[in-house]
Amino acid sequence: MIGPHLLSIADLGHDGIVQVLNVAESFAEVEKRTMKKVPALKGKVIATMFFEESTRTRLSFETAAKRLSADVLSLSVATSSVKKGESLKDTLKTIEALGIDAVIIRHRSSGAPLQAARFLDDIHVVNAGDGWHEHPSQGLLDAFTVRQAWAAAAGVDPASTGSSLFRGKKIVIVGDIAHSRVARSEVLAYTALGAEVTLVAPATLLPPSVEGWGVAVAHRLDPLLEEADLVSVLRLQAERGSGECVPSLREFTETFGMTEARAERLKEGALITHPGPMVRGVEIASAVADDPRCLVTTQVHNGVAVRMAALYLLLTGGNAALDHSEANRDA
Amino acid sequence: MHKYPLAKGTVVIRGGAVLTPTGLIDADVVVVDGVIAAVEPNAAVPEGATVLDAQGCITGPGFVDLHTHLREPGKEQAETIASGARAAALGGYTAVVAMPNTSPCLDSAFVVRAVLDLGAQTTTEVAVAGAITVGRAGEQLAPIAELAALGVQLFTDDGTGVQHGGVARRALDYCTGLGVTYAEHCEDLAIASGGVVHEGAWSAKLGLPGQPASAEEAMVARDLLLAGELGARIHLLHLSTVGSVELVRAAKAKGIAVTAEAAPHHFTLTDAEIASYDARFKVNPPLRPDEHVAAIIEGLCDGTIDAIATDHAPHTPETKDLPFDEAPPGMLGLETAFSLAYERLVEGAGMPMEHLFDLLSTNPARIAELDAAGDRPYGHTAHGARVAPGIPANLVVVDPSARWTVAGTALASLATNTPYEGRSMHGSVRHTILRGEPVVISGEAQR
Repeated sequence: MIGPHLLSIADLGHDGIVQVLNVAESFAEVEKRTMKKVPALKGKVIATMFFEESTRTRLSFETAAKRLSADVLSLSVATSSVKKGESLKDTLKTIEALGIDAVIIRHRSSGAPLQAARFLDDIHVVNAGDGWHEHPSQGLLDAFTVRQAWAAAAGVDPASTGSSLFRGKKIVIVGDIAHSRVARSEVLAYTALGAEVTLVAPATLLPPSVEGWGVAVAHRLDPLLEEADLVSVLRLQAERGSGECVPSLREFTETFGMTEARAERLKEGALITHPGPMVRGVEIASAVADDPRCLVTTQVHNGVAVRMAALYLLLTGGNAALDHSEANRDA
Repeated sequence: MHKYPLAKGTVVIRGGAVLTPTGLIDADVVVVDGVIAAVEPNAAVPEGATVLDAQGCITGPGFVDLHTHLREPGKEQAETIASGARAAALGGYTAVVAMPNTSPCLDSAFVVRAVLDLGAQTTTEVAVAGAITVGRAGEQLAPIAELAALGVQLFTDDGTGVQHGGVARRALDYCTGLGVTYAEHCEDLAIASGGVVHEGAWSAKLGLPGQPASAEEAMVARDLLLAGELGARIHLLHLSTVGSVELVRAAKAKGIAVTAEAAPHHFTLTDAEIASYDARFKVNPPLRPDEHVAAIIEGLCDGTIDAIATDHAPHTPETKDLPFDEAPPGMLGLETAFSLAYERLVEGAGMPMEHLFDLLSTNPARIAELDAAGDRPYGHTAHGARVAPGIPANLVVVDPSARWTVAGTALASLATNTPYEGRSMHGSVRHTILRGEPVVISGEAQR
């Protein structure tokens, strides 16, 4: 049902997303044990190829792969032959020749993981973030995190809720939407799960079109605060030139920042997420970042279980034994 | 200086229809020593004559491409003047205009002469578009008069537009005084803002930086104002948007001396193709949505756009395998242009065959001043005239009923970057005759 690649949230659809979230719940249980490993991907080799710097996503994926007992190869572009002029295609073919089962790719160019999937024959490709396009595992872990929080508030088991907790929820995604791969993955995930999504940004930071996205667009954050069940705060992608899209950081903070005053106006039970890295004082006030309603550290924590679920489902089709006691024997 | 030689001997093109000054008639064409000797039904075949079968075909003036990137000097791994000329002949072209964005670029008499000398050995006539500014940097005027003395008629910094309005105005003025034509690649880089695809629903969905239609249209508008003010003649390259077509239509109505061209990919493909992130669909100006494609077709049909030009742009496979935003823009065009134009414009839009020949041959020959023989230093023969006794035999024989399938590796270009891989095509080029020499017979290049 899932796979062979995870290039876009659109590859999963509603049922695939729910399946990943549910499997992630069971891996989250594993993480609570003293022995955090399961043998599900024992004998499999997974490579990470990060053509763009990242700390949390790479560590998260590598931790997830290791907890599934896969062998992990880590290609660091800074020290690889890519620096000597080797092409993406040849680098991938080299990795393929080593006999790997899956490759996790981050690239500054939108679409590079899709091209990689075309270049490779029998290797699963996981998109760990490509340009402005998508960051599917982030979209999944964000959905996982808010479902867990809403389930806890309702006193129910999240895995039993499917997508029901998303239905009719008002989700506001605010900030640099145009240059954000997280925004595109969140939009696909949240709309597939039945939430009502509104994108809020100055016109210069919105995509040129949202045709077919199934979202509303607004240019003012304040009128949306009281109604929102979740505010997803995105960073200004200054390294992608978005600084030029607003007159100043101060004006951006004044108009679209999640300030303390704005956080005050959120309704009871409303949540705030941020994919990180945060720029405190710009898109989110420091006090809001540390507020219990802001789930940023929970998101990072959940990233491992969600990525375990995605890798497990892609590489085994969900058919391998998920016997946790076996993990203990293995130890 | 060369005088291009006319081929000795007799060639008879037998059967089919011929596009003559009075229209299409059923006739044979007899060529003697490189010049058309007779256009008549059931012509006698002299002993020793080469007979070319044209049953079911149409014989007309050889095509003229205003926009060919031959890549030599500098990128001979993608195309050479010889390989590009072979592709041109197979595509039915008897003359092409080589674009100046080579390395070094065509901004000096020395390099231009080298290209013309190499071109003279090939299977098509190679004319040159000189750079407008030194190094195509958009600052200092290139030696336009010196290049004009070599017979260069078109000047452009193609690959990029002249960004500085003051430089553009000065260059346009200077060209006017010399009787040569300024040609613009219309793209305001500040508005384009680094966009690698058309800005719209697809760029938004795919997360690729887009360039809006206004990046092209702003420069079209600027140049039309400048040309109108200076009374200058201007040619606009590869137009691709609704607004560009509207601006040119209005300018022509006002009497501004503007000509315009459009490329086959801009009337056959839309930006939906980029969903695969396959850089073979990356081109500049970018592929655009349906309404723009429809406007280009309308502009071609109503005469707003004067010529079909290929923007033939070979690139090596390794560069087209780069991530989309890093890959160079451009696609092969010479060997697919006729089929695409025939299918989309004649079969699809009801354009008369005569008009298609105007767009592919007569009008571009006039724009490049390749229509009058004799007085150009490099001795290009006359192209674009309808078939009649007394003119040089630069001819194409097309077969509208033929069907073929595109394969990049089967094309004569060294590069294989066609966006039409695997596509079934309507209509083909059967024979091409250059100065009386059959350089393509039954779809096969003869040298």
